[in-house]
Amino acid sequence: MITFKNVKKTFEDGTEAIKGIDLHIEEGKLVALIGPSGCGKTTTMKMINKLIEPTSGEILIGGENIARQKEVDLRRNIGYVIQRIGLFPHMTIEENVGLIPKLKGMKKEEYNQKVDELLNLVGLDPSVYKKRYPLELSGGQQQRVGVVRALAGDPPIILMDEPFSALDPISRDQLQDELKQLQTKIKKTIVFVTHDMDEALKIADQIVVLKDGLIEQVAAPKELVQTPKNEFVRSFIGEDRINAFLNLHTPLLSPVTSIMDPLTEEIKTEFPTIDSTADLKLAAGEMTGRNIISMYVVENGKPIGIIHQNLLLRKLAGFEKGV
Amino acid sequence: MEIFQAFWDTILQRQDLIIERTIEHLYLSFSAILIAIIISLPLGIFISRKQKLAEFYIGITAVFQTIPSLALFGFLVPLIGIGFETALIALIIYALLPILRNTYTGITGVDQAIIEAGRGMGMTSSQILFKIELPLSLSFLMAGIRTATVLTVGVATLATFVGAGGLGDVIWRGLQSYNNNLVLAGAIPVALLALGFDFILKLMEKRTTPKGLKMKS
Ligand SMILES: Nc1ncnc2c1ncn2[C@@H]1O[C@H](COP(=O)(O)OP(=O)(O)OP(=O)(O)O)[C@@H](O)[C@H]1O
Ligand SMILES: [Mg+2]
Repeated sequence: MITFKNVKKTFEDGTEAIKGIDLHIEEGKLVALIGPSGCGKTTTMKMINKLIEPTSGEILIGGENIARQKEVDLRRNIGYVIQRIGLFPHMTIEENVGLIPKLKGMKKEEYNQKVDELLNLVGLDPSVYKKRYPLELSGGQQQRVGVVRALAGDPPIILMDEPFSALDPISRDQLQDELKQLQTKIKKTIVFVTHDMDEALKIADQIVVLKDGLIEQVAAPKELVQTPKNEFVRSFIGEDRINAFLNLHTPLLSPVTSIMDPLTEEIKTEFPTIDSTADLKLAAGEMTGRNIISMYVVENGKPIGIIHQNLLLRKLAGFEKGV
Repeated sequence: MEIFQAFWDTILQRQDLIIERTIEHLYLSFSAILIAIIISLPLGIFISRKQKLAEFYIGITAVFQTIPSLALFGFLVPLIGIGFETALIALIIYALLPILRNTYTGITGVDQAIIEAGRGMGMTSSQILFKIELPLSLSFLMAGIRTATVLTVGVATLATFVGAGGLGDVIWRGLQSYNNNLVLAGAIPVALLALGFDFILKLMEKRTTPKGLKMKS
């Protein structure tokens, strides 16, 4: 969908913001651009809608070089959401959201229903919110409108520059979930700039890690965490996240307590014991090696629960407990 | 009571003069304001695009503004002679700064994030100007026009010195003939006009504040 071919950008003042990037963004994917402050995320994104012109190289959208397209036409087919929301304060929500369809020459009857649909999709009742002004909405509601506004013209591509970073953690979390859901419904190509690794891991199909105007790695979240390409990417993700992620996705390293059943009756049978800090790999080794089907989990020498072979098997096979 | 009676008599006696001069005064002031708007509104928009030039233009108009008004009329006489045009030009020069400066401040004061959102959405520069920048800075423009109007109505009193009439004429005649009542018959209408326009334009200024912004406070 979007292809960067050896794109470079040097600003008038000599700042080399982008030092040559090649990138292919597939249609229908949510791609996160991430990296430390000043690494060129915003610059990369703004070159897609020509708010910034590359110094050299080519950017193709759907195989067409955007350098040859008119800015205004190009932009009307690319939704744009910015961190500071940028709703027009003197226009109602309805007017804000209807602006692009109107500029595209659509009649109100044509886009009205679409606008209602989109507002509903992000949980804003059109009959309540359409006539309101942006300043009468909370920050989270305003940014939802910002997202709806970007979607209203039904563009195939949407650019979002740290859209949720100014929100409180709860709204942010909600909006991330909503965006992810929305994405599965509307199948747009979304380029999402963020500096929050948790956000990127949570919502992106592909993550592009940038540093000093160069791409360090492009990978799906799981792949990125499992095989960071170099020390920079590794430290940028952070050891904590890598460990947490691996625990979640590689059951062998999960603690035995994750499959433990509580003790319901008096201990009658004599089962072997295993420490609560052990992982499933150790438990599997014990059970298979000594041919046992259940073990007590002990903490500080006291039994706190019991694990069974069949649950262990299910967990290792990727079936969740109780399924 | 007697004083008031004498004053009232003067007004009645001279009502033709007063009315004529008031019309002259208004005509002169409004022409000046209108032309000043025609010059400084586009200029203000222009310099808001070229911020490096802005200081230069605003600086020039500010220099004119600091010239005492009577002196400005004085400077113009040897250049253009006396008459309506001289007064008009002097008044225009006076009215430029408030309008220019407010247009500039109003437009450059519009949140850049809003403009970037508009550009990024594919609005053309004239759509951004007419749908975003001007509506959002309209109350600033109106404030500039109000300041300029009040100023001009006051300064237009001096037009009489270059033979351009106006209510200053009434005052001047009163001064020459030691007729305090006549002085007042010229001065009071000037004051009332200034206050009246200030009031009306202030109302308009409030009405031009976009609805969505009023709830801010
Ligand atoms: N208009 C400009 N003129 C000169 N230098 C610029 C301009 N815009 C950005 N830069 C520089 O280009 C580099 C990349 O900027 P960019 O805004 O793309 O960073 P970013 O990754 O989005 O950072 P952040 O996370 O802080 O938003 C920075 O060094 C920045 O200072
Ligand atoms: Mg940025």
